[in-house]
Amino acid sequence: MRMRRLFRDRALLIGTVIISILVLVAVFAGPLATFPDHVTGFDPNHRLKAPGWQFLLGTDRMGADIYSRLLFGARLTILIAVTATGTAVIIGVPIGLIAGYFDGWASEALMRVSDIFLAVPQIVLAIAIAQTLGPNIQNVILALSVTYWPFWARLVYAETRSQRNEVYVEAAKAMGASPLRIMVMHILPNIAGSIIVRTTIGMGATILAAASLGFLGLGAPPPAPEWGRMIAESREFLPQAWWYATAPGIAILMVVMGFNLLGDGLRDVLDPRIRRGGGDGR
Amino acid sequence: MRILVLALRRIAWMPPTLLGLIAIVFTISRIIPADPARVIAGENASPAQVEALRQKFGLDLPLMQQFMRYLRDIVNGDLGISLYSQRPVVEDLLGRLAATFELAIAAMCLAIMIGVPLGVVSALHRNRWLDQVIRLATMAGLAMAAFWLAILLQLFFSMTLGVTPVQGRIDGWGPDQITGFYTIDALINGDGETFGKALRYLILPTATLAIPAAATIVRFTRAGVLNALSSNFVFYQTAMGLPRRTIIWKYILRSAFIGTLTQIGLVFGNLLAGAVVIETVFSWPGLGLFAYNSILQSDYNAIMAFTLFTGSVFIVVNLLIDIAQTLLDPRTR
Repeated sequence: MRMRRLFRDRALLIGTVIISILVLVAVFAGPLATFPDHVTGFDPNHRLKAPGWQFLLGTDRMGADIYSRLLFGARLTILIAVTATGTAVIIGVPIGLIAGYFDGWASEALMRVSDIFLAVPQIVLAIAIAQTLGPNIQNVILALSVTYWPFWARLVYAETRSQRNEVYVEAAKAMGASPLRIMVMHILPNIAGSIIVRTTIGMGATILAAASLGFLGLGAPPPAPEWGRMIAESREFLPQAWWYATAPGIAILMVVMGFNLLGDGLRDVLDPRIRRGGGDGR
Repeated sequence: MRILVLALRRIAWMPPTLLGLIAIVFTISRIIPADPARVIAGENASPAQVEALRQKFGLDLPLMQQFMRYLRDIVNGDLGISLYSQRPVVEDLLGRLAATFELAIAAMCLAIMIGVPLGVVSALHRNRWLDQVIRLATMAGLAMAAFWLAILLQLFFSMTLGVTPVQGRIDGWGPDQITGFYTIDALINGDGETFGKALRYLILPTATLAIPAAATIVRFTRAGVLNALSSNFVFYQTAMGLPRRTIIWKYILRSAFIGTLTQIGLVFGNLLAGAVVIETVFSWPGLGLFAYNSILQSDYNAIMAFTLFTGSVFIVVNLLIDIAQTLLDPRTR
C-alpha cells in the first residue's frame, strides 16, 4: 500500500515537473533559444549539421537550429493541445450534462450522435476535416475538437446519470432550484474531478493526434516549427541526418508521458472512488 | 436465447451508425466548405472547370437532394472517381484492404504474445523492480508517436544493420492472390521463399504497430491478474492448500485472459487507426498509404471516400468482435 502511494505521488510529481518545464520552455523560448532568429530562416551554409557545440541538436534541411525550433515548437504544441482540448471540453461537457440530466428523445439523440463519432477512429475523421478546411493551425484545432468532444460528452453523461438521483440533487430540487442551477452548481462540482483527469490525459492524446496530422502534412504549413512535421521532413535525409527526427520525437514522448503521469496522479487525488481494492492496474 | 437477442440488438444498431457516418462525411465534404466544387477541383482549376464539376456532381442542387444522390451512389458501391487517377476510388480501397488487415492482424498477434506474458509477470512481481520497469516501458509505449518509432526502427534495423527491407511489401511479384495476405498466400502455395520475403517486409511495420498495442494489453492483463489474485476464489483455494503454481496456471491466468479478451476490440480499433499513419513510413500499400498519397495530390474525392470506407470497415469490424465476444464470454450465457 505504501509503495503504491509512493509510486502514485511520484507520478504526480514527475508529471508536474515535465509539464512545468514544457510551459517554461514555451514562455521563454526566445531567451532560451541559441538561434532565435534562425527558427524559420534559410541558411544554405549550415544545412544538416550534426549536433555539436554550435548547434546543440544539429540543424535541419533549411539550416535552422533544431534545438531552437523545438523550443518554439513547444508553443505550438501547447497552443494546439490547450485550445483543441479546451474546445472539446466546452462542447462535450454541456452536452453530457444535458443528456444525462434530462430524459427524452433529445438526450437520446445527442448520445447517439456522440456514439457515431466514437465508432470511427478520430484520426480518420480529423484527416477529412483538416483536408477540407486546408492545412493551418486553426483548422487542426477545429478538426481535433470536433472529433474529440464525444469523449467528454460520454464521460459527463455517465457521471451525471449516476449523480442525478443522489440525495443532494433531490434536496436542491425540493428547494426549488432550476435544472440549470442543479446541473451547474450541484452536479458539475461533484464530477469535476473526473473531468479534470480525463482532460489532462486528453491533452496527451491531442498532442499525439496533432503530431500525426502534422506528419501527414495536414498541420501548420512550413516553416512553422511543428514537431510532427519536423519528423516527416527528416525522412528524406536518413540515415545520414539521424539527429533530425530524434529530438522532436523525444520531445513528443516526454510531453505526452508528462500529461499521462499527471493524469494518473490527479486521478488518485481527485477521484478516490476509482482506487479499487487490490486490483489497481493502471 | 438471450445471446441471440444481444447479438441482434447490436446488428440492428449498425445501419443507423453507418447512416450517421455518411451524414458526417457528407457534412464535412458538402456543407462545411463554402464552395465544394472549388475544393474538389483544386487550387489551379479555371472557373469553367469548377462550373463543369458543379454540374457533374450536382453540387448546385438543394442539399437534401444532394444527400439522397450521395446515399444512392454509396448503396450502389460508388464512392466517386479519384480526381488524380480517374479510377473509381472504391476499387483502389478494396484492393488495399487486405494489406492493411494483414498488418493489423499480425500486429495484434504480436501484441498479445508480448503483452499478456509481460502483464502477468508484472502483476506477479507487483511493485518490485521488474514491475516498475515494465510499467515504465508501458508508459513510454503509450506516449510515443508511432510514426517516430517507425522511423527509429527503420533507421536502426534497415539502414544501419541492413537486416530488414526499408519499405514496401515485397520485391518482385506477390504470391498468387487467394486471401490477399502475402504471408498466408505464400504458405498456401507452398512457396517458402516468398513467405520468407513477405515476412521480412512485414516485420518492422508489425513491430511498430504492436508496441503501443502491447502496452495497452499489459495494462489490462496486469489489472486482470491483480483482481483475480485478490478475489475470493483464490483466497479460498490458497486456504485449501492448493500450490500457488497451480492456482496461477489454472485459475488466475484463465480469468485474466478473459479480461484481456474483452479489450481486443478496442486494441484492434487502435491498430487499424495506427496503420493509417504507419503505412506512410514503410510505404506499405494499404489504406493509410492511399490516404497519404491522396493528401499529397489534394485528391479530395479520394480522401472523403477513404474516410467513409475506413469508418465503415471500422464499424463492421467492431460489430463482429462484439458479437464474437458475446458468444465467447461465459458470463453472458
